[in-house]
Amino acid sequence: MATEAHAEGATGYIIHHLTPLHIGEGFWTLHLDTLFFSAALGGLFLWFFKTAAEKATSGVPNLVQGFAEMLIEFVDQQVKDSFHGRNQLIAPLALTIFCWIFLWNFMDLFPVDILPLVGSMMGLEYLRVVPSTDLNATFAMSISVFMLIIFYSIKIKGPWGFAKELMFQPFGPWLLPFNLLLKLVEEIAKPISLALRLFGNLYAGELIFILIALLPWYLQPVLSFPWAIFHILIITLQAFIFMVLTIVYLSMAHEDH
Amino acid sequence: MSINATLIGQMITFTLLVWFTMKYIWPPLFDSLEERRKKIADGLAAAEKGQENMHLAEKKAKNVIKEAKNQSAEIVNLAQKRANELIEESKDLGKKEGDRMILAAKAQIEQEIHQARENLRQEVAALAFSAAEKILGAEIDKAKHHDIISKVSNQLG
Repeated sequence: MATEAHAEGATGYIIHHLTPLHIGEGFWTLHLDTLFFSAALGGLFLWFFKTAAEKATSGVPNLVQGFAEMLIEFVDQQVKDSFHGRNQLIAPLALTIFCWIFLWNFMDLFPVDILPLVGSMMGLEYLRVVPSTDLNATFAMSISVFMLIIFYSIKIKGPWGFAKELMFQPFGPWLLPFNLLLKLVEEIAKPISLALRLFGNLYAGELIFILIALLPWYLQPVLSFPWAIFHILIITLQAFIFMVLTIVYLSMAHEDH
Repeated sequence: MSINATLIGQMITFTLLVWFTMKYIWPPLFDSLEERRKKIADGLAAAEKGQENMHLAEKKAKNVIKEAKNQSAEIVNLAQKRANELIEESKDLGKKEGDRMILAAKAQIEQEIHQARENLRQEVAALAFSAAEKILGAEIDKAKHHDIISKVSNQLG
């Protein structure tokens, strides 16, 4: 039937859209699009805030500074609410995470075919423009956060203190193996849940945009417009969740029992 | 969809971003925020203080005005009193002056009466003399009869 043929074409279209531009083999494969877009968006983030920071004045702020300050106050408030220790790293880390993830996710709102089209004109076979639909990107961030969690746990509680927490809680020394298992799962679940939550949401969102793009042209705006509007909420929310959970996890790492 | 070396690249990028934010972006912006917060707090405090000072000044001004009013009332009272005194004084003075003038006038009148009487006496004496002359038909020696004349004129007085 015609439907099947169409489905094959559709599958090809979807797979094409979800295949990254890559070089290399096996583990040493590099997703060039992910690397390029995330670095470019990171550059955009730094450029914007650097512009604001260079002209920062305690007098009347200009528009750029006002916006930057709004974000800074927002992040600072989140940090103050959840994190009670003293750490110079947490707030800038949270700001970076929030802005960077938001920009990654924002790439999702570009029409799905535009940038790949531009890429194909430049001779690129594949182009996947949303870095957060790449597990490597989300895991890179969550593993970095995880390393910080481990680092601060050991730094604040001491190696022995951290080990004790892993072994003797929550059920006391007699159930040591059980405690250890529980704690290890709990710790390892943190980066995995962080990365998979972000990836899953954005991957699914992107997939729906691709599916909508497969529909007849007169149906597309009716569906993609509301979905895009809903997506504005999702991309901000996902960035926010990642940031807040990072703050909370690091706060837990700082708490000495 | 596999995990590969992209992960490492992304981690490096992430580390660089966080480092840059921590070093060059967060501190100046946050400091400017803090500074502005302080400025605003100072400004508000200053405004409050200014208002307080204004209230104090108002109170002070009210007191000054009240005092001035009291003082002016006192001055007016004093002036009225003084004016009354002056009027009384001038009345007294006027009365005294009037009395004095009346006395002087009386004295003058007396004197004038006296003068007139004297003149009249002399004239009457002269008349009596001439009448006597005519009656006697002879000249009377004025020197000789001066005593008589003065006696008569004295009687007339």
